[in-house]
Amino acid sequence: MDVLHHLIDGIFIALEPINLGLAFLGVVVGLFVGAMPGLGSVNGVAILLPFTFVIQSFTGTATSPMIFLSAIYYGAMYGGAISSITLGIPGASTAVATTFDGRPMALAGKADLALVTAALASFVGGTASVIMFTLFAPPLASIALDFGDPEIFALMLVAFATFIGLGGDDIPKTIFSICIGLVLATVGFDIITGEPRLIFFDMTGFTHGIRFLVLAIGVYGIGEMIWTINASRYDDNMTEVNLSIKGIWIAVKEFRTAWRGTAIGSALGFFVGILPAAGATPGALMSYGVAKLTSKDPSKFGKGAIDGISAPESANNSASTGAMLPMMTLGIPGSPTTAVLLAGMVIWGLQPGPLLFINQPDFVWPLIGSFYISNVIAVVVNIACIPVFLWMLRMPFTILAPLIFVLSLVGTFAAYQDMFDVWLMVIVGVGAFFLRVLDYPVAPAVLAIVLGPIAEPKLRQSLLFSDGDFSIFFTRPIAGPITVIAIILILLPLLKVIRDFFAARKSKAA
Amino acid sequence: MRKAEIVGAVLLGLLSIYFMWKSGEAPAWNTDIARFDNIWLIKGEGPGSGFWPFWLSTVMLICCIWIGINWYQRTSPPSQSEEPFMDSYAKRMLYMVGGGLFGFLASIHVIGFYGGMFVFMAYYLWFLGRHSILKTLVISSTVPIVCFFFFDVAMRIVLPKGYLEPLFIPLYDIFL
Repeated sequence: MDVLHHLIDGIFIALEPINLGLAFLGVVVGLFVGAMPGLGSVNGVAILLPFTFVIQSFTGTATSPMIFLSAIYYGAMYGGAISSITLGIPGASTAVATTFDGRPMALAGKADLALVTAALASFVGGTASVIMFTLFAPPLASIALDFGDPEIFALMLVAFATFIGLGGDDIPKTIFSICIGLVLATVGFDIITGEPRLIFFDMTGFTHGIRFLVLAIGVYGIGEMIWTINASRYDDNMTEVNLSIKGIWIAVKEFRTAWRGTAIGSALGFFVGILPAAGATPGALMSYGVAKLTSKDPSKFGKGAIDGISAPESANNSASTGAMLPMMTLGIPGSPTTAVLLAGMVIWGLQPGPLLFINQPDFVWPLIGSFYISNVIAVVVNIACIPVFLWMLRMPFTILAPLIFVLSLVGTFAAYQDMFDVWLMVIVGVGAFFLRVLDYPVAPAVLAIVLGPIAEPKLRQSLLFSDGDFSIFFTRPIAGPITVIAIILILLPLLKVIRDFFAARKSKAA
Repeated sequence: MRKAEIVGAVLLGLLSIYFMWKSGEAPAWNTDIARFDNIWLIKGEGPGSGFWPFWLSTVMLICCIWIGINWYQRTSPPSQSEEPFMDSYAKRMLYMVGGGLFGFLASIHVIGFYGGMFVFMAYYLWFLGRHSILKTLVISSTVPIVCFFFFDVAMRIVLPKGYLEPLFIPLYDIFL
């Protein structure tokens, strides 16, 4: 009852005109920043952090600036899906998985359904996670602390195992794709020994590593676009969409069929989000993989399955709230964006940690209340803007394609301000086009480059801790079962290959 | 397509071997370490710096051999396909679009992002898209203007302007 009392008080404070206005402004800014290829929630929050000092001096409280920044975070999570669906370029790493089914659905003329599903799934995921946050914050924070290096590596192994299912039937090409992504993630200086690794042709540009966005924008912005031009031959019918309020309303009603993916994404996203150093991207990717693995008809995934949109979208929103939990209760950021938010909290004189809920209830509960409010604002603004997003798809392909190329180049430069990355992005894009023509799945490589920098240090630290003994992944109570699940998930497709091989030999002999 | 499948597998196999070779490289400042010393578990230090990329590259090589076996047995769809790898349209498109993109990239170093953007948009819309001159000029001019206000003015991310920099100085005075 105490929690409910605090929450109601918090919601009332969040509904004060100044806080409501800041939440609205934050959501709109976040939506726009999230939709821009190359810019994500972390860019929006970091760039606008200095403005919050003005807000704090005006309102006299740390709650209002935090409401503004967390609204940007929410808005960006919604916005990432927009460019994934309408342009086929993930706005941020958290929206990569949305591209897999969002873009095919848009190309099939159902962009309105894809955008509505993304918005509503984000709303359900966001709201479910805020409820979980409200009810279980302190106990969940202590569970997250039990996840050490072996447990997080085991969790990454599950994510890689689910990727094998993403690549279609050609297992060696899928495993190749995962491995090349993981190898490319190691380019640059080794963070443990400080030694340079894979500095190709001794070019200094490789010393900072191959950044995720370079690969993602190259693959989806350049490679996929050249592939689409080749496949469509500038056939404008490919992006034909209906633009009507009725169509959007029908899409809202059709969202009911996406309940399974939404439920998986909301639960898994929150859980992965609370793990330190995991964040929304692994949550969204794993939810997509699990939704596909548990689907009655996995063959629909990658071709515009509604659960293929609802699972990652609900997960990334759910994870974004989940990532706030260790930040506020333990002072450990769960993602780069929460690291910036944490910095803001410290600057405003707050002490994140287990005592925050006890010592600063005037800050915590209005903030949690604002999570509920921001979610409602975000879904309303997002659905209201769908006609604008659909209008983008109605453009002739000969206008849309160069715009996407320009956005890809500018977005890559804006993210890192390095021309080497822009060149590399275009070269990666052309390479991805050839791989695509040869039937190699490129999505697992993109996903692997995101998770590689998390997985490798966890593996090495675990083996350092165990003095090179791999049994550490099997003997610990949490890591053991997760590792076994990962191995089963990896072996399942391989067993299918062996079974098919023997079945083919048997039928030949007969 | 069948020929392209095996050529692709061989090239990617060679790339895997190159990655394996590079992974075993010792840092230039430490002459005591021989090539491939870093790909094993080192006592008291855990896995060496080349452990993770080397063994992953080995898996890549094994996958290429597996793809080759599938090609020989004609079990994968591309290994059964009689279609050409790229037809004349695809080749022409790749030269036009790819060439345009690399031209855009090269032009950034001379006329900056905004100048390059204008030229690339105009080339694509007029030459490849066959749009009217008026439409081409309107869109090609609007895109750099919108980008300037978004990136340089709103986000404070200054894009390179090459030799066109002096043209932007009055705009900096007004907006920045």
